[in-house]
Amino acid sequence: MAIEFLPIAILFVLAIALAVFIVFLGSIFGPKRYINTKMMPYESGMTPIGPGTRRMNVRFYLIAVLFILFDIEVIFFLPWAVVFRSLGLFALIEMLVFIGILLVGYVYAWKKGALEWE
Amino acid sequence: MSDPINLIANWLQGLLLGLGLSVGLTKIILSFVGAVVVATIGMLTVIFLIWLERKIAGRIQDRLGPNRAGPYGLLQPFADVIKILTKEYTTPDGADVVVYNIAPIMAVASVLLIWAVIPFASTVVGTNLNVGVLYIMAVGAFGLLSILMAGLSSNNKFALLGAFRSVAQLISYEIPMVVSLLMPVIFARSMGLVDIVEAQMPWFIILSPLAALIFIIASMAEVNRAPFDLMEAESEIVAGFHIEYSGMKFGMFYVGEFLHVFTVGALVATLFLGGWRGPWAEQYPILGLIYFYIKTFVGYFIVAWVRLTVPRIRIDQMLDFNWKFLTPLSLVLLIITAVLDRVLVLVNSERWVYSLVMFLANILIIWATVEVLKKTTSKPKRKEFPMRPVAMAPETSTSTEPSS
Amino acid sequence: MTGMDSLFLIFAVITLISAFLVVTTKNLFHAALWLIMTLFGVAAIYVLLNAFYLAVIQVIVYIGAIAILMIFAIMLTQRVMNPSGRIFNKNWIIAALLGAFMFIGLVIISMQTGASKTTLPQISGQLDTVSELGQALVSPNAYVIPFEVASVLLLAALIGAIFVSRKR
Repeated sequence: MAIEFLPIAILFVLAIALAVFIVFLGSIFGPKRYINTKMMPYESGMTPIGPGTRRMNVRFYLIAVLFILFDIEVIFFLPWAVVFRSLGLFALIEMLVFIGILLVGYVYAWKKGALEWE
Repeated sequence: MSDPINLIANWLQGLLLGLGLSVGLTKIILSFVGAVVVATIGMLTVIFLIWLERKIAGRIQDRLGPNRAGPYGLLQPFADVIKILTKEYTTPDGADVVVYNIAPIMAVASVLLIWAVIPFASTVVGTNLNVGVLYIMAVGAFGLLSILMAGLSSNNKFALLGAFRSVAQLISYEIPMVVSLLMPVIFARSMGLVDIVEAQMPWFIILSPLAALIFIIASMAEVNRAPFDLMEAESEIVAGFHIEYSGMKFGMFYVGEFLHVFTVGALVATLFLGGWRGPWAEQYPILGLIYFYIKTFVGYFIVAWVRLTVPRIRIDQMLDFNWKFLTPLSLVLLIITAVLDRVLVLVNSERWVYSLVMFLANILIIWATVEVLKKTTSKPKRKEFPMRPVAMAPETSTSTEPSS
Repeated sequence: MTGMDSLFLIFAVITLISAFLVVTTKNLFHAALWLIMTLFGVAAIYVLLNAFYLAVIQVIVYIGAIAILMIFAIMLTQRVMNPSGRIFNKNWIIAALLGAFMFIGLVIISMQTGASKTTLPQISGQLDTVSELGQALVSPNAYVIPFEVASVLLLAALIGAIFVSRKR
């Protein structure tokens, strides 16, 4: 049953409650002196120029794409790793083929310079 | 008498059942008590860790470290807590207030959640999940989210850049981390952390030292510690994603980071150093708890030690190191481990032969890697500058021209 | 098992409400966060169905990877956090009608096949779902072909992503 998740659910609720409580304590003990300039976003002491959120480099996006693909492939390994010892040679070759295809993509990514930052 | 923790739990259970509560409710209350204990121990450990790390940092950097508040500065973290509690919360103009306030709470909660699956002793474990290893990764996703939320809601360029750098780093290093986690799973034939600990007849660090090494390095990147602390590169982006947080909201991120490092120590101990295993740990679970804590501190110390020794790396170095070194290395290790395991099980080798071959294979991979690196990496060209005098003594020199 | 039912109702309502907010929130970043909430609700429902592996994968892949990718993609757009512009364009009525038809169709199908009345099949406590899944993935008479095809698909996706985003 889902009873295995009961301690996790309880710990989840408790951890959030604890964190909220501590942050709340801070708002009790802390002073509240509102000054306009204090609430300005920090920008090395200058008045901030332009909005705080702006477009980011496309490189971050490419890293995320690479990550998703590798992540999904790696997640397939886990149930295989649990059982492959009892499954015979076929399962091993099976997985070697899988890793081989992954490595083809990896080599392509490297050769095309997708792994470079600059 | 051999197992005081379960003794207390059983006593409590008997008491609650005696009060006429149902079995289900008793289980819920017991889990609740357990969760309270885990959360409290976690928080108290962090307070101790902050002192410990500052003391270690002081010693490594040839300083004394905190030594004013209390004996050996032991009360320093409490002074810090009082100070940070009496600080004002500032919310930047234009911040996304709700998201901004949820982020620090999630940062702590996401780390505390990992503790639900770690076996502290042979009888003390929150829950024995059959997908324990994956659960750890899943909880990490929430930590990732808290960073992104903090960075995007702060209305600050530095926070945004810090969050993006840090998320790019976290997701990159997750891949070698999962692959290195596969080695214990292969050896133990289970994803449950309880089973992994029970399967460690020789510790898994002996069976696969390279996997342990990759795991520690990747974890160091996961906790955003130096040398992987680009997200808070003070000289570039001030403080990274938590730049706009003050008071206890910043404290939450700080506590979360320390707790995460300690959790990494606990994971290293659980996955590679045998968890609660040790002499007489089976008979006296309380002894197992002590072993587990000692091993965890060893893991923690390694992370702290590296943090204090190595300088920060650049973002391109960070990505190169992961994608061009750790990822292929961990995949090679996975292939070799799987093939060897298959062969060794096929010839039905003894336990010690299995361990020896695995260990030697790992050493061989490390040696081969070092050799390949020696061959392929181009050494940075050092330009030789001739020595030039900064100032000349006027009468000793015959020529006024410096000898170029 | 009323406890389970009420938990299911809670998570289902959370999932539906946050899914509704995904499409009605103007701020793209908030929409992404509501999407994460939706995915989390689905993961919780998986847990209630005893599909732990699926639940954990849901969190790792969808929340830990795809939602992050979406937020990264949002940060590539022009007016990043600016909640301006309309959410609805002139085709919204047709879209809403189509959605309603789909929903009604699904309800009718589930009524006819009796899927709405089926109770959760009992899984015995001894069954290790993860190793079952592992065996099914690599055994020749189960899912080995889809498994290998998946790797080719991922390879194609990798090459496509690199091709689209590389420097010219």
